[in-house]
Amino acid sequence: MREIQAGKITEKVAQLCFDANYQLGEDVGQALKNALSTEESPAGKAILSQLVENAEIAAEGVFPICQDTGFSVFFLELGQDVHIVGGGLNEAITEGVRKGYGEGYLRKSIVEDPLRRVNTKDNTPPIIWTDIVPGDALKITLAPKGGGSENMSEVAMLKPADGEDGVKNFVVDKVSRSGGNPCPPIVVGVGIGGTFEKVANLAKKALLRPIGSRNPDPYYADMEEVLLERVNNLGIGPQGLGGRTTALDVHVEVFPCHIASLPAAVNIQCHADRHKSVVL
Amino acid sequence: MADAIKITAPLSKDQVEKLHAGDSVLITGVIYTARDAAHKKLVELLDKNEELPLDLTDQLIYYVGPSPARPGQVIGSAGPTTSGRMDPYAPRILQAGSSGMIGKGEMGPNVAEALKKYKGVYFAAVGGAAALIAKSIKKSTVVAYEELGAEAIRKLEVEDFPAIVAQDAHGGNSYVEGREKFAL
Repeated sequence: MREIQAGKITEKVAQLCFDANYQLGEDVGQALKNALSTEESPAGKAILSQLVENAEIAAEGVFPICQDTGFSVFFLELGQDVHIVGGGLNEAITEGVRKGYGEGYLRKSIVEDPLRRVNTKDNTPPIIWTDIVPGDALKITLAPKGGGSENMSEVAMLKPADGEDGVKNFVVDKVSRSGGNPCPPIVVGVGIGGTFEKVANLAKKALLRPIGSRNPDPYYADMEEVLLERVNNLGIGPQGLGGRTTALDVHVEVFPCHIASLPAAVNIQCHADRHKSVVL
Repeated sequence: MADAIKITAPLSKDQVEKLHAGDSVLITGVIYTARDAAHKKLVELLDKNEELPLDLTDQLIYYVGPSPARPGQVIGSAGPTTSGRMDPYAPRILQAGSSGMIGKGEMGPNVAEALKKYKGVYFAAVGGAAALIAKSIKKSTVVAYEELGAEAIRKLEVEDFPAIVAQDAHGGNSYVEGREKFAL
């Protein structure tokens, strides 16, 4: 049994909040630069150029990449031989968010109750998904999720007869109807299979993969390529004002499902595709 | 991209009519921020015929909830939020004298109608270019609803704030026109 101090987790989480919101991932930065060189729309080019410059300003550590510094969504891989001491795991992470969003001058975007809507003023609580895995390490991934793109996401309980085409059409239609709202160029996370709640989680996890990576199963890797092309043929373009670059990538994650079901989910991520990990 | 048109805010209705979907602009002058919670409050006041905390005549409303300002900075990051959420409120704000708004994403047919009827213009700023946009904001003062935090109404003094005319007073719509041009 390996011991990890709760206070150490809090420190690391606070740092993740800062890093994720100020330092755009290299894969995303490179994808924006690539798009800038291939985009045909003059307005689209001007927008992509602003986004590249924006990432450079944010990296100086004064202004976050986006004012919407998101809901703090965590994916944990907790080794079964880890013992957290000096406090609870979830409490340690929550405290890290409080510290990170306060000291990092990040926006507090969470309301305590979905209908009565009073701001919690410290961006807590976070959302924490924990997988228990073999080993004695704790991997913490933070993916701050903006509201604009999250609002364009959807789950569909398709019929097995809808098949591959049904899933593809659902994804392309969802992106089409979202237009410029989710701040394109977007990353499209697709979940297929599992159950109602599992498929949404798969779509979110799909967003954690690096831009340009493909599903290890060639069947789904091919589907990702096809979906990316179809989405970019919509013409939505940067910010929805027309162009070739609607999505930087499409990632598909799958899970076994019931003989009666074909759940599908689309989780849309804006170009501020923020996620950072640390291993303790 | 064509050279940007320099405009000043508040924006007169004459200036509004000269703008067309697709025009790039640089906005200099005074604009006001408001998003979901502030709009709800403003429209409640309008419904009750009560005085607003600001005179909306010719004013541009920027849909933004900035991140907190660091010591020595005017404001934090300050990019636009999704405008469609303000669809239920925007026609009332235009009717009350506002000459338009700044946000991101297409606004609904009810807003397109109101832009024609009340001579308004909707500008798209680049969503997520929030650090870059912050550099064009020279002064920020909370004028109402401070308790709403990021959602308070702020008076901003801006210089060369970059935006694109997305939906104009003549029915022009860059989202529709842009997409038609590039769809395969």
